[in-house]
Amino acid sequence: MSGKIKIVLAGNPNTGKTSLFNSLTGLNQKVGNYPGITVEKKQGEFKVTPDLKATLIDLPGTYSLHPSTLDEEVAVNILKEKEGPFFPDLVIVVTDVENLKRNLFLYTQIKDLGLPTILAINMVDKAKKKGIEINKEELERKLNTKIALISSADKTGINELKNIIVNYKELSTEPCYIPSKSIVDERATTEKLKRQRDAIKRHLFINELLANNYTRKSDKQKKEVRSLLDKVFIHNVWGYFIFFGLMLLIFQALFSWSALPMDLIDEFFAGLSEKTRAALPPGNFTELLANGVIPGIGGVVIFVPQIAFLFLFISFLEESGYMSRAVFLMDKLMRPFGLSGKSVVPLVSGTACAVPAILATRNIEGWKERLITILVTPLTTCSARLPVYIMIISIVIPEKKLLGGYLNTQGLSLGMLYLLGFASAIFLAFIFHKTLKEKGKTFFIAEMPDYKVPLPKNILINVFEKTKVFVFQAGKIIVAISIVLWALASFGPGDDFNNAEQIVKQENPQLTEVEIEAKVDAQKLENSYIGKMGHFIEPAIKPLGYDWKIGIALITSFAAREVFIGSLATIYSVGTDEELTIKEKMKSEINPDTGKPIYNLATGISLLLFYAFALQCMSTVAVVKRETNGWKWPLIQMFIMTGAAYIVSLIAYQILK
Amino acid sequence: MTLAELKKGEKAIIIKNDETELPLKIVEMGCMEGAVVEVIQKNFLSDPIYIKANDSFLIIRKDLASIIYVEKE
Repeated sequence: MSGKIKIVLAGNPNTGKTSLFNSLTGLNQKVGNYPGITVEKKQGEFKVTPDLKATLIDLPGTYSLHPSTLDEEVAVNILKEKEGPFFPDLVIVVTDVENLKRNLFLYTQIKDLGLPTILAINMVDKAKKKGIEINKEELERKLNTKIALISSADKTGINELKNIIVNYKELSTEPCYIPSKSIVDERATTEKLKRQRDAIKRHLFINELLANNYTRKSDKQKKEVRSLLDKVFIHNVWGYFIFFGLMLLIFQALFSWSALPMDLIDEFFAGLSEKTRAALPPGNFTELLANGVIPGIGGVVIFVPQIAFLFLFISFLEESGYMSRAVFLMDKLMRPFGLSGKSVVPLVSGTACAVPAILATRNIEGWKERLITILVTPLTTCSARLPVYIMIISIVIPEKKLLGGYLNTQGLSLGMLYLLGFASAIFLAFIFHKTLKEKGKTFFIAEMPDYKVPLPKNILINVFEKTKVFVFQAGKIIVAISIVLWALASFGPGDDFNNAEQIVKQENPQLTEVEIEAKVDAQKLENSYIGKMGHFIEPAIKPLGYDWKIGIALITSFAAREVFIGSLATIYSVGTDEELTIKEKMKSEINPDTGKPIYNLATGISLLLFYAFALQCMSTVAVVKRETNGWKWPLIQMFIMTGAAYIVSLIAYQILK
Repeated sequence: MTLAELKKGEKAIIIKNDETELPLKIVEMGCMEGAVVEVIQKNFLSDPIYIKANDSFLIIRKDLASIIYVEKE
């Protein structure tokens, strides 16, 4: 057989669906969005035989074809829309050998759709150790399909699976035969009751099927591991210690592990600018590269260590099964604030990026809880704030060791900012909880998956893909803004800009050549287009302790926070030929009014607070608009967050100055 | 009695109840009449509850647990 076919991977969450996807496609995959909706779409390519190619789509994990969350809805629509672009030629339902009873429920529903459907029973490597025996032939007969026993961890059974795929046209498209039990249909009058009866019927069928064809010698070992770990991780006291300790550890590690690579990246780009300028003939193009594009790209790349580490920790927590324990621990504590235990996942992943975090709210069943989670998630300290925080902290907070060297003042300050992010998110949630009148009866149900040792390959691919998407998306904006910024800073209206050299020379005839050059550059920047814009907003931001240069960076960072450092880099490097890192440049900035450094404690704290609260992220606004179906909520959110930022920074600066 | 009244470690069977209609999702996840259910852990204030129903491990809130009727074995 030759040609190209479309295959969809379906299955419950935690069945190793993504591992199988990774084993089949390797790095030949891309993460994108389904058109019109922001659910993450994973698509990849692989060869079934040398002649037969396949496009593989990894559906969001789903428990049933009656969707109760938006993620499930996406999966169901793809399987049901015959005219849709992703409608498959073949479905592979992935199940976990240890949880076959629950996983087969979805299989029986999908089988009813009349598509060729393969059942893949995953993690069979573990089955042997645990004494699980399956009567494969009988299961194939009763489930009316072919079964592939696979282990995506060590790649066993992948060839067997491919052999079944090649002959997919021979698979039966009839539903499995589910006998009607007498209890089933008698009083099913409403649609809902009918579905309930249908669900029970399927469960009974599966239970009976497995009772005869699935044996497990001893459950003891698995039970012991789970219950032993649960005793610790969800203990009423220790569980919380571990949870908060883990969070603290992650943030501390994040700060200390990414410090060195970040410094190296910063220096590398400063050097690269310098070399570019030396190698190319002088002129506008060289200036654009050296002062616009290269510092702009540097401002993106400098993120990579932090983002990668954050995604690493978060995918570790999710893959290991710990995240569900955190949901269990936090649910009751979150509810008084109008949040759900499931809000923990968005709030924790919000420390990486608010956009995927807001998408993760799709698992929350209740609309009010979900809305509140969406509204407060952008307050958690996302990785775009980190470079701003780290830069400003390292300039204004003196480094001192605390507690015998285990903590230092800078790390502690960063920790406080994370805490502030969570605390303000919870506080705002409480206010929404008390004021919002959104209704809707909600029920809460979550799965408690088995503990797993995460597969390094899965984690690495996840980290790589997510970091790549983030860097390229943020990168496009940052590079574009850097170029515009460079142009606005390098050109200006009127004589003050164009005749800067003459004006300076006339006013200061006594100065040396070098001093005049510096004055000219300053005169030019101040009278450039961007300088005019900065001056225009200066009256509004002066009470916060900012000058017009910071004003420029603020304006540009309303598109994306991370632009702040890049903008300052561009602004401060316009007109200088020296090889300095951004940090050194910022440190040496002097306020002409006071003669003291611009970046003092008061301004520094005020800036930190501004960035902690303000909603400066176009992507977040866009995703909130999409997820809440309108402009109402993103606008309210932007108004509250940015208003709070202004007020808090104002108070802080006025007290500290 | 209801599932919410079971103590940690207790097992029971879910029974049919005419007054309340359970959400479809929980039935699909295995909390159906006739299924064996066991309380594995309760968080402080007994909410939420960590159960094993029809061999699936689930977390549900107290409000839901108190409309699931059970009979001890």
